[in-house]
Order: sequence, then C-alpha cells, then structure tokens
Amino acid sequence: MSIMNRHGVLERHSLLLTVAILVAVSIGGIIQMVPLMYMDNTIEKVDGMRPYTPLELAGKDIYIREGCYVCHSQMVRPLRDEVERYGHYSLAAESMYDHPFQWGSKRSGPDLARVGGKYSDEWHLDHLKDPRALVPESIMPPYEFLAKKELDFDDIQGRLKTERLVGVPYTDEMIENAEGHLIAQADPEERGYDYVDSLFDAYEGIAGREGTVKARDYDGDPTRITEMDALIAYLQMTGTLVDFSTFEADDLSNAR
Amino acid sequence: MNQTIKRTDSTSPLSVGALLTVFLLLTIFIAANAADKAMEIQAYTFLALAGAFLIGICLWGADQNSKDAFDETEYDDKVVKVGVAMSTFWGLAGLLVGVIIALQLTWPNIFYFADFGFTNFGRLRPLHTSAVIFAFGGNVLLASSFYVVQRTCRTRLAGGMWPWFVVWGYQIFIALAGTGYLLGITQSKEYAEPEWYVDLWLTIVWVVYLLVFLGTIWKRKEKHIYVANWFFLAFIVTIAMLHIVNNLSIPVTLTGSKSVQLFAGVQDAMTQWWYGHNAVGFFLTAGFLAIMYYFIPKRADRPVYSYRLSIVHFWSLIFIYIWAGPHHLHYTALPQWAQTLGMTFSIMLWMPSWGGMINGLMTLSGAWDKLRTDPVLRMMIVSLAFYGMSTFEGPMMSVRAVNALSHYTEWGIGHVHSGSLGWVGYISFGALYCLVPWLYKRPALFSRSLVEWHFWISTIGIVFYICSMYFAGITEGLMWRAYNEFGFLEYSFVETVEAKHIAYMIRALGGLMYFAGAVMMAINLTMTALGKGEARDSEAAEKSKQAAGSLQPAE
Repeated sequence: MSIMNRHGVLERHSLLLTVAILVAVSIGGIIQMVPLMYMDNTIEKVDGMRPYTPLELAGKDIYIREGCYVCHSQMVRPLRDEVERYGHYSLAAESMYDHPFQWGSKRSGPDLARVGGKYSDEWHLDHLKDPRALVPESIMPPYEFLAKKELDFDDIQGRLKTERLVGVPYTDEMIENAEGHLIAQADPEERGYDYVDSLFDAYEGIAGREGTVKARDYDGDPTRITEMDALIAYLQMTGTLVDFSTFEADDLSNAR
Repeated sequence: MNQTIKRTDSTSPLSVGALLTVFLLLTIFIAANAADKAMEIQAYTFLALAGAFLIGICLWGADQNSKDAFDETEYDDKVVKVGVAMSTFWGLAGLLVGVIIALQLTWPNIFYFADFGFTNFGRLRPLHTSAVIFAFGGNVLLASSFYVVQRTCRTRLAGGMWPWFVVWGYQIFIALAGTGYLLGITQSKEYAEPEWYVDLWLTIVWVVYLLVFLGTIWKRKEKHIYVANWFFLAFIVTIAMLHIVNNLSIPVTLTGSKSVQLFAGVQDAMTQWWYGHNAVGFFLTAGFLAIMYYFIPKRADRPVYSYRLSIVHFWSLIFIYIWAGPHHLHYTALPQWAQTLGMTFSIMLWMPSWGGMINGLMTLSGAWDKLRTDPVLRMMIVSLAFYGMSTFEGPMMSVRAVNALSHYTEWGIGHVHSGSLGWVGYISFGALYCLVPWLYKRPALFSRSLVEWHFWISTIGIVFYICSMYFAGITEGLMWRAYNEFGFLEYSFVETVEAKHIAYMIRALGGLMYFAGAVMMAINLTMTALGKGEARDSEAAEKSKQAAGSLQPAE
C-alpha cells in the first residue's frame, strides 16, 4: 500500500506531523460548533426571556460556587416521564443568558430547570439548611451557612457590565441601578422601597411579560440580605420566564 | 578549568527566572488589590510556590560553577523523577478525596459538616476529578512523555531549565485549582472548573511543554519519530486547542476571581462537551496510549504488533474522537443534527479504539507467559482489557435510545470509572512500576508480592465499584420512568435515591480497596527508590550505574 509508505514523510518531519494533527482534530469541532453560532433556528423565538435581575444573578453565582450543577441538572428532556415529573421540556431559549450553561450531567438530586414556584420560600430555606429534616432519605449537603452570610454585592455593577460584554442585553439603566434593584428585590418594603418600581419596569419591560420578577424577603430575615436570599431568589425563578401559552411546539420554526 | 567544560545552555535559567519574576510582581499587585478574599489567598499561594521555585533556581545556580548542568550527553532524568513522585502523591490525594465523597453520598449524616461548608460534595467532587485526571494523570503524562521522548529520540530534553518550569508550573496550576475549589472558585464547566487566571497560567505552562517536547524531537538522533510520540504530540496539541476555546471568558475585574463565559446556553453546552469528551479522548486516551506504546513493548520485550495498524488507528482515532462530544447532550435543547453527528461518530469510534487495544494486546504474541510471572505487565494488559470494555460501552451509551436510560444516572459514573480506574489507572501504575527501577537504577522493585497484592485488591475494588454503579444506574433509570397501573409515575425522586443506598456502600468499599492498592504502590515505589528489599543494589546494578549517562539507542 503506497499510502502507508508515504506516512514516512510525517514521521520524519515533526512540524508537518503537528500541522497534520491540528487539521485532523479541527474539522469535527468546526463543523459542530460554528453553525450553532450562526444558524437562526438554533434558539427558539419565544416570549418572556429576560436577563437575570441582580439578586437572581448573585444567586446563580452562589449556585455555581457551591457546585450545585454537580448533582442537579437543569435540562428537562422531551421524554414522557420527565415532562410529567418536572414540567415542559427545556428550550434552548431558556438558557440563552446563562454564561456558562447549567444543564448539568448527573442527577444525584432532581432536575431544577423548573423548580421555580414549585415550593415555598420557607420550604427552600428549611431544606437548604438541613435537607434531611424535610426529606429523611436525602443525600444533599447542608447549606445553613448561606443564611448566616451577608451577600457581598459591592461589584454587582461590574458583574452586570461583564454580562453585557458577552451579549446579555442589560440596559444602561439596569446597570446604573443594579445595587438599588438588588436591594429592592430582597427588601421591597424598607430599604429597597424606592427602587421597586424601577426594578419591575426594567426587567418585566424587557421580558414583555408581567409576573416574572418577584420581590420579597426570601430567607425570613428581613434585617439582612444574605446569600440565602440570593440563592432562593434564583431557584424560585428558574424555568418561569418563558410564556408557554404562546409556544407552539409543533410549529416548523421550532423543529430542530 | 571552567573553560574546558562545553556549556550547552546557560540562558534558560535566566529566562525562566525572568518570567517568574514578572509573574511574581503581577501577583504582588493582585494580592495587594484583590477584589475578593479568595483571590487574595490564591495570590499568596502563587507567591509562595512560584517564589520557592525562583529561590530554588537561585540556590541551584550558585552551586553550578564547575559543572555543565545541562550536559547534552546525559538524559535529564531528575525532572522525570519529580514527575513520578508528584504522580504518586497526587494519585493518593485524589483517590482519598474520591473515597470521602463516596462516603458522603452513602452516610450524609456522618460525613457532612454544617460548619464546614467547603467540605460539601459540590466543592469536593471537582477537587476529586481534577486531582485524579489532571494532578495524577497529568503528572504521569508529563513524567512519562519526558522519559519516552528522550529515549526514543536519543537526546536530552530541550530547553535546559524549561522542562523544570513545565513540571513545577504544572504543580502550581494544580495547587491553585485545588485550593480554589475549596474556596468556592469555579466556572462550573466540568473538568474545566478553574477560573480565568489559572487557565492563563496553564496555557503558558502548556505552550512551554509543547515547545520542550517539539524541541527535543527536533534534535533527535533517530530518523523517524516513534509512534508513542505521535500520540504524545496529538495529546499536547489538542489539549491546548480545547483548553483555550472552552475557557474563553471575560474576567469581571483583573484583580478578582470571577469571570463570565463568552458563550451561553446551547453554544456553551456544545463547546463544553466538545472539550469534555476530548479531555477523555486526548488527555485520558491519546496520552495514555502513548504510554502503552512505549511501556508494553519495553516490558514484554517484544516489538509493537503492527506498524500499519498504529498508523490507521492513530489518524482515525484523533479525527473521529473530536466529533463525539454531542453524545453528552442527547435529548437536550441541542439541535438534533448535532446530536446525530455526535452519536454517529461515537459509534464509529469503537473501531479505532479497539485498533489500539489490539495493537497493545497482540504485542504480547510469544510472551503471554509473562502475564503469569510479571504482575506489572499483567496490570498493563488488564488496563487494555478495561480500555476495550469501556470503549465498547461508550459507543453503546452514545446511542440515543440507550442514552435516554443511562444519562444522568450512576451508569455514567460506573462507565467513567471502568475507564479511569481500569484503563488510565492501571496503565499509569504499570508505567510507574517500570519507571522507578529504571530511573533509580534498581535491579527490581522493592517487593514483587506487594505488586501482586496491589493488583488483586484494586482489581476486586474496580469490580465492586463498577458493578454497584451499573446496578444503581439502571435501577434508578428504570425507576424514574416507571408507571403504576393508573398511569401515574410510580416513584418519587427520593425513592430512587434511597434505592441506591446499598450500591453506594459497595461502591465506597470498592473505592477504598482501590485506594489501599495505591497506598501499597506508593510504599513499594518509595522503598524501591531508596534501594530496599529486592531493589537493593546488586553488582549488576553497580555496572548499569556506571553505564548510565551515555545515550543508549532507542528500542
């Protein structure tokens, strides 16, 4: 076989070998990844998606910091049992502002893509503090320390600005008022009162849909804004943004 | 006197020192202005470790007046020894963390501590995976690639002090990544958790690694580049590409640990699993196949079975592997054309994978009797058997219908441990058992029977581990989709957790046995290096010591 004899050229020229390897390993990635960035139908056109509010974003950062994604997926597959257990299957649109994505790869605990609104804040608080107090068979670690730790949001403006750099449509107004919005969502009655209207106008405005921003004291401790406030705020909104009453699964534009 | 010494390289210690100084100054600035406490601790960790390296170079330099430190007529084996020692150390650390997190899932009331949130599963699991893959596996690859490329090119490592920068710089990467997880620094991309500044540091180390490796090949005294070096080269080049693309991110501030990924949602998922699966393909497969291609022929004293097969399976393996990522995303919001491509290429991948296995196994033609007498060779051959098993299982699991059951379950954990404990672990142990006597010029290992013990206790451990996880995974997968006679879901989620309890206990036991085997290896290797027991210097060893240093031909 003459082609085998020609392989000797590669074995004698290391740079040629390196270039040949680079070519061989580049093709697959280019073909799979590049079209996803350009093809219009990669992400469904849906109503209701909006960027995370500052408090939700801070909560998502805690979710990432604690490695929740290690045991909890956020991706409901279009299989009968999953749709019945967790709710409507996940759309690509629902994670379009997740830098990085949180789909997960393992369910040591249940999927969390649509946990928002499923349980009360008090349930989440008690469960996060001591999972086995509520679910005796649970193997989840305890997160009581989150309720003790005040949320550090000194740089929440910079945080939102960086999100905007990578394409999340935060407006100037959202960035300017980020701190006020964060306080308003966790403490709408007292400290954040002045910013509540602005928070709702900004985020429900961009979503084009009412009722997706929830402002309240999440951790039962109105005197402080804790990491627990942020995490529960995030959990309570997951999977609640898209208006599924306007989503037509059978429409050809949604066939992918 | 000094003039008679032909100095081959005197600038590399200076340039390494200069680079370190630049980074130390940058880090002092970051430490003083850190945006968060965790970043400050990371900065001080870097200062301590990189500073120690710089001081080490200075002390070493002061001692080098009359010697040629980078003597071209000698192999650079000291740096390989450090890599071997680090592999052993990190192997024990990574396996121990694995045992701990297995116990956490089994007895959460005992092994979680409400007051020590940083020991929770979510922070320790990345510590375990990174420690075993990158710290243990990475050091095995560094050490063995530096050893192999010198022998097969019959020349000293290129770059003088730079190989030391690669090895020590890599340990700094590990220390920053590992302590970072405990501090809560992660970008949440599996097997790519370290944040932007650690990624940048690793990129520099990795580029230097590539240059040292290529530089050594450039000055080779053999006409042809040996097959092991193709695999090492593919591993180094591809990991560089994967690492850079998957970690594209923008830091929130240059003095803080947090960054934001460039890609989002479905594109980020595709990028992550293009990276994630090829971390398996190129870090844990191509790199360790390189080890197989050197150590098995050497140990069995037989030539590689088929040169032609090695060409065919090398190119098909690296070309096809890169497409397989989307099988991690079946039934997700990833467009189906991408899923189908991923599945198709995953199935095709079976053949080149088995090509490698066959080429390794058949190398034993005419030497099968050695399996009975040489536990080290047996370990490496069993590793190929595990490689064959998991590279059959992988394509099977990548079929969408199978994946619907196996995905998200313990089946995946069983699969990955069959590959990692069986294939990566055993081929690494085999290489380490070969390397230590060779590097320290010992006639044999400290204790052959201890290797036997290691082999059997860890083999039974693997069987416990993977069987319990297959059982647990299929059980929970079936329970999740079970319906009762009224058409409702039969089980709540937590019932499926409860059902795995016994399997978790068996898994923890299996992991503990595997860890115990690794402890035996660590003892054996240490005693061998010290020249105790059966490794005591005999006359023959004295002779080989005298002969050491001259460049011997490649095998």
